[in-house]
Amino acid sequence: MNAKHVLDLAWVIPALPALGAVVLLLFGKRIGEPRAGWIATAMMALAFVASVITFGALFSLHADARSHVSDGYTWIASGGFSVQFRFLVDPLSTTMILFVTGVGTLIHVYSVGYMHGDPRFSRFFAYMNLFAASMLVLVLGSSFLLTFVGWEGVGLCSYLLISFWFERNSAAVAGKKAFVTNRVGDFGFMIAMFLIFSKLGSLDYAVLGGVHRLSSTTVTAIALMLLLGAVGKSAQLPLYVWLPDAMEGPTPVSALIHAATMVTAGVFLVCRAHVFFDISSTAATTVAWVGAITALFAATVAVMQNDIKRVLAYSTISQLGYMFLAAGVHAYDAAIFHMVTHAFFKALLFLGAGSVIHGMHDEQDMRRMGGLRKYMPITAGTFIVGWLAIAGVIPFAGFWSKDDILAKAWFSHHYALWIVGAVTALLTAFYMTRQVWLVFYSDERWRNPELVAATSGEAHREEHAAALGEAPVMHEEAPASSGAHADEHGDFTPHEAPWTMTGPLVALAGLAFIGGAINLPFTKWHLEFLTSWLEPVFAGARVINAPSFSQGLALSTVALVIAAAGIAWGIRVYGKGLEPSGADPGAERIGPFARVLANAYYIDVGLSRLVSGPITTFALVVSSWFDGEVVDGLVNGVATATRTVGIGLRRVQTGLVRNYALGIVAGIVVLMVWFATRVTF
Amino acid sequence: MVHVLAASSHATNQGFPLLTALIVLPFIGAVVALLVPVRRPELIRVVGYITTAATFGFAVYLLADFNTAQHGFQHYQLVERHRWMGEFGVQWFLGVDGISLFMVALNALLFPLGLLASSKVEQPKSFIVWMLLLEGAVMGVFLALDLIVFFIFFEFVLVPMYFIIAGWGYDNRRYAAMKFFLYTMAGSAFLLVGILSVAFLYQRAGHALTFDSTVLVPWASAHGSLAVITSKWLFLAFAVGFAVKIPLFPFHTWLPDAHTQAPTAGSVVLAGVMLKMGTYGFLRFSVPMFPQAAVDLAPVLLVLAVIGITYGAIVAAMQPDLKRLIAYSSIAHLGFVVLGTFALTTQGISGGLFTMLSHGLTTGALFLLVGMLSDRRHTREIAAFGGLWKSIPVFAGLFIATAFASIGLPGFSGFVGEFLALLGAFLTSRWYAVVATTGVILAAVYLLWAVQRAFTGEPEGENVGLPDLSLRELATVVPLLALSLFLGFHPRPVLDRVDPASRDLIAHVEQTTKYRQPAVANNGPKVAATVGGK
Repeated sequence: MNAKHVLDLAWVIPALPALGAVVLLLFGKRIGEPRAGWIATAMMALAFVASVITFGALFSLHADARSHVSDGYTWIASGGFSVQFRFLVDPLSTTMILFVTGVGTLIHVYSVGYMHGDPRFSRFFAYMNLFAASMLVLVLGSSFLLTFVGWEGVGLCSYLLISFWFERNSAAVAGKKAFVTNRVGDFGFMIAMFLIFSKLGSLDYAVLGGVHRLSSTTVTAIALMLLLGAVGKSAQLPLYVWLPDAMEGPTPVSALIHAATMVTAGVFLVCRAHVFFDISSTAATTVAWVGAITALFAATVAVMQNDIKRVLAYSTISQLGYMFLAAGVHAYDAAIFHMVTHAFFKALLFLGAGSVIHGMHDEQDMRRMGGLRKYMPITAGTFIVGWLAIAGVIPFAGFWSKDDILAKAWFSHHYALWIVGAVTALLTAFYMTRQVWLVFYSDERWRNPELVAATSGEAHREEHAAALGEAPVMHEEAPASSGAHADEHGDFTPHEAPWTMTGPLVALAGLAFIGGAINLPFTKWHLEFLTSWLEPVFAGARVINAPSFSQGLALSTVALVIAAAGIAWGIRVYGKGLEPSGADPGAERIGPFARVLANAYYIDVGLSRLVSGPITTFALVVSSWFDGEVVDGLVNGVATATRTVGIGLRRVQTGLVRNYALGIVAGIVVLMVWFATRVTF
Repeated sequence: MVHVLAASSHATNQGFPLLTALIVLPFIGAVVALLVPVRRPELIRVVGYITTAATFGFAVYLLADFNTAQHGFQHYQLVERHRWMGEFGVQWFLGVDGISLFMVALNALLFPLGLLASSKVEQPKSFIVWMLLLEGAVMGVFLALDLIVFFIFFEFVLVPMYFIIAGWGYDNRRYAAMKFFLYTMAGSAFLLVGILSVAFLYQRAGHALTFDSTVLVPWASAHGSLAVITSKWLFLAFAVGFAVKIPLFPFHTWLPDAHTQAPTAGSVVLAGVMLKMGTYGFLRFSVPMFPQAAVDLAPVLLVLAVIGITYGAIVAAMQPDLKRLIAYSSIAHLGFVVLGTFALTTQGISGGLFTMLSHGLTTGALFLLVGMLSDRRHTREIAAFGGLWKSIPVFAGLFIATAFASIGLPGFSGFVGEFLALLGAFLTSRWYAVVATTGVILAAVYLLWAVQRAFTGEPEGENVGLPDLSLRELATVVPLLALSLFLGFHPRPVLDRVDPASRDLIAHVEQTTKYRQPAVANNGPKVAATVGGK
């Protein structure tokens, strides 16, 4: 069997988790816990093995031949429009499937422990497998439309998993919000596809070679519409609002879908369709600035979040911003590099947060944590690796990928973007240090119920105050609100998670530590594996290299200094945890602005008020007044008038339909005769 | 005279009169049911099931027998032609092509399911009789190729439907039934005027009077047969009749009342097949007969379609009644069909035809599900529900899956149809398509909002302890959902039959007018002459 034959079997990769999903949806209840979880995990592991084999087969080919479209069937055909259900195996999709299935497998293992005791245990794994299958279709699809199939599939699974604990109203609302906001982006994706078909006659990625012949207006329009889709899926400004709320889902979901994989789909789309952005500098600049502003914006918000998962959610938005920044300066390889390392360390951080929540009996407020490293050593140790990675400390994975992005921004002369990126890096190191100190260092505030009560009463975030606490175990009853179960604290000891949860943490920590090795910036020794691997995909894009090694080194040093400064600053402010009064020392320093940050500049609140206020009112006026009174009123008016005339004309009338029918028939006959005799036209 | 007319291109069916059987069988069933005494309701039900199942069997045979390779404009298959009211030029003239094929199949599928869903209905005898009459009449609408026969069935459909709504509906059924009857009948008056005028004009031009559509269509569409202004007026006359049926904004207000008040089976049939009589009429008669007027007046229809899509969705979102919400969503879905039709591209028309089928499956399933919910809770008020996902999980799972099918999630049939309709519309009517695409956002809004309110949260009060779906109920909904899922992944069995008909229709419009659809619609990637691979 030669390599091409192996690549023709790429359909197996999404088919495995799809099969798992079908089996678990139909028979999950009977299979039960924990077998359902292990079946799902096995499907993911097999998909990972298949991905590795695919990678090997592709790797064995010559670099120029590393693009293969597998066999498939014609899905939709109408006139000149036809779409095949086929998979494109190339370095980009192979990179994606490797980390999606790899990280996915680890998160599945973790979930077996995390979801223990949930009444819908098997259903959870059915959705998770369905998600994985959709995500794999998304990245492997050989056309925009097939990618869109996966795109919508992951959206569906995201909806189902965010609102997995649908008994809780906030979870249900968050799921709906995610789906609808994503649909706004999908609108852009669809328009882009219509434009591409109308100009190129096909939605296959194979026709992208013809893009350079299109008018620049068309290219820019397509690129911006694709960007709209990407912005929705990857939670960039202004469509980011769904992601913080998506934390309502179980934590493994946040790790897999809302950090490591699904949210990177937007970045993937921009990279897959890079030719549009190569040509349209307007679109590329827009991408870069959307990313940069989102990165900075979300980093500032993360600084003042108290919910352990919300910090990570805003951090994810911010890191995705980096990826857009990279793509916008045509450094697609750097974007993918950061996507991979981010998958490692952010999945690690989320799973670590889940372990903390688990060990703290469903507590999510960092103000009621502290000193946990003594009780949860593995969680703490691995979380610290994740912290160093995201903060950009050498030699952790995040250092290399973030440095790659900043360097490429600098060396392509986007100095303003570099500055925004550097400031974001400083803030990233700061807010992550704050998180690590509030959770794992500082004093054990959970021992002190009075303080706990005080902090929960004060400075609660305005809109999302209700029931953010999640209940990974025993959520048979609706989880109590944060305030209510605060009383239970103080009389328990936080505990380390079972091996199913710590095992994946250790594995991810290893990846977050050495993950940078896939793309070290030492061109001389050919260590930029990822960049040269992806090179055939991004052929035609501008290549950005440091003019000299020393310049690259200087820039990296600056980046390291920034990371160190952020960490030092964080320790300085939060080294002792909260103030004795329970107040946040950082918030004290910046005064009323802390409130603005804690509420994410009131954008989400503002949008919610707009929707629930004027927009709902408008819809109500349209539906009850316009449709009910005007349109229907007119109809009934005509009917009444007819009846009045009818009553006038007839002596005896009962209002039976047959009489009206008779009238109509009579009218028709009159008209008919009139037509038959008069029409000459 | 019949012989002269039969000389047109299609072969007349010499074997078993399958199409006549599809129409007559339900009528025979109705007569048999009428003969069974009222005190034997179980026997009457058996008659109903057997008749509809046999009709479904015939429809399956029709699908199998349909020759995909045989097509061409007005090239019908299994044609039957018999002299009927010869002196008036009326013939019993039936035939099937890619435009009508799946409407016949859908009709045959929905009736047995509808009867199965109404097994507890009061006065089963008259109910089943009316239902069977309705089925036969709808078959006639989609199979008749003689304009008068078509019109007779088109009108006759109203009678059983009127009695079904008025007899077995909810509280305000009489008002709704009468409104439905009068409104659609008023629309039909225009249609009849249109039909008679075309026939008389044909006669005036020196031909023998006929209502044979395969004669009138080529004649009326030929250049010079009708004055431009005349064909515009006639187009409008037909259009009013069909627009009321679809219904298009602003002729839609009978629909929510009729749907809300109709019993479950009535709603299923109404949404599933009866609304499509309007879009079918456009594709079968209006566009082929008056192609120039269709081209010229397309913007009017496109505007109404786009209004239907957006306005229908906005109004749907605000409905407090779940059934009303679905009724308004039908207006939006049918808007996609009209949009695709009057985009006058292959993809648009195929997308529209596909949506006609898909909407029958998904909305049919939604109405069945709402009926089951209403049986349990005796209300359809969304605000009265809550937490149903927990109390009746199987029902909730099916409802939510069907909701996503209706939203047009890829993998379900709705996506294929709506995507093709929008794509086809974008080629000729870019900005209409762009506005219509917002419909995909709005569909998610109104359905998921309703799902959130009715299904999530903790169940309270009467929403606790409801029985989940019975096997019988599952048997009514699951086939529809499964079919939607199947066609979502494998739409070719439908597209391979529908698409040639769309191409032939567009070719006819191109032959009779100066209109040309964009080359890309025909040739796809080959067109992009400017495109070279690297």
